[in-house]
Amino acid sequence: MAEFSLPKNSKIQPGKHYPAKDAKKPRTFRIYRWSPDDGQNPRIDTYEVDLAACGPMVLDALLKIKNEIDPTLTLRRSCREGICGSCAMNIDGTNTLACTRAISECASGDVKIYPLPHMPVVKDLVPDLTHFYAQFASIKPWIRTQSPVPNRERLQSPEERKKLDGLYECILCACCSTSCPSYWWNGDKYLGPAILLQAYRWIVDSRDEATGERLDDLEDPFKLYRCHTIMNCTRTCPKGLNPAKAIAEIKKLMVERRSA
Amino acid sequence: MSAKDVVVKDRRNPLKVARGLGSSQSGVGHWWTQRLTAVALVLLGVWFVVTVLCLLHADYATARATVAKPWNALLLIAFVLTMFWHAVLGLQVVIEDYVHVRWKEVVLLVAIKFLAVLGALASVLAVLRIALTP
Repeated sequence: MAEFSLPKNSKIQPGKHYPAKDAKKPRTFRIYRWSPDDGQNPRIDTYEVDLAACGPMVLDALLKIKNEIDPTLTLRRSCREGICGSCAMNIDGTNTLACTRAISECASGDVKIYPLPHMPVVKDLVPDLTHFYAQFASIKPWIRTQSPVPNRERLQSPEERKKLDGLYECILCACCSTSCPSYWWNGDKYLGPAILLQAYRWIVDSRDEATGERLDDLEDPFKLYRCHTIMNCTRTCPKGLNPAKAIAEIKKLMVERRSA
Repeated sequence: MSAKDVVVKDRRNPLKVARGLGSSQSGVGHWWTQRLTAVALVLLGVWFVVTVLCLLHADYATARATVAKPWNALLLIAFVLTMFWHAVLGLQVVIEDYVHVRWKEVVLLVAIKFLAVLGALASVLAVLRIALTP
């Protein structure tokens, strides 16, 4: 059965408390901590950060904690402007990017920060996305053609290019897939919203000639049809994209190529 | 246990795992049929509720006579068959979603199909007995 409770060694214990000394604008962050090396259960550490001496985003607070309070805190980050997808995590109950989520936007009270849900954890806020990336590779996310390679660019009309809007912006941060209950229960086989949006991005690309093969590869009760239109993906996407709609479009194409 | 005692049992490339057994080339039929039966059930459901409401306070003979009318018998059979069909399709999704022990999944998937067929046949038989008894 799907597991609804955590195994014993994953149950979260209370952690350490790092109070702020004479902070002008203190804000409390409660952060998930787990290390593979010490054999301990995960714990929630509490950090008080002086927002008067901190940037506006959650990532700023995390880096301030790492630089000034506790260097053992582990997280991924790179571009700090919402284009690399590295700092995807569960902040204030929602999967989003730490770099584009303002601390002031978080609900009043403590800011709770966890790694992306239902993924194996490498350490602290770093999830293991190996399977997610392998699923991305499995849809062959590159242009596939049968016609001979032209000796110049493959042209697209403005209308054809427009079909990629709302799809090409996906940065594969995995916020949507890890917010999806279907991906939690059946992520081993279900491709999840991010990968299906990427699959659709190649299906609608006017230059790609493998549309049929792409649909063939997706035509499966688990790879595609575990989507039950729960819509968590669309609600959580930090880039404002709509993976649920992309999946619905794929389902429509599946019906379109068969008899009603 | 030291690091060198750890025997890695899974040496497969992550892509091998992700691709798995490949696509089963099915699922569209299930998805489409689920929607078709849903639409049919909306129409038949409205008819069924109206028919049952008209039988409020009616005696047994009146109810029996209503079911025995050809149109009513036909629509009642259609309603029952569609309902069991739709129920099996829906239950199948729930089982596939939540039951992750393969043998249990297979047993349940087969069991709901058998039970639905039995239930549908019993319902049809019941309607026919009323409809065809002079």
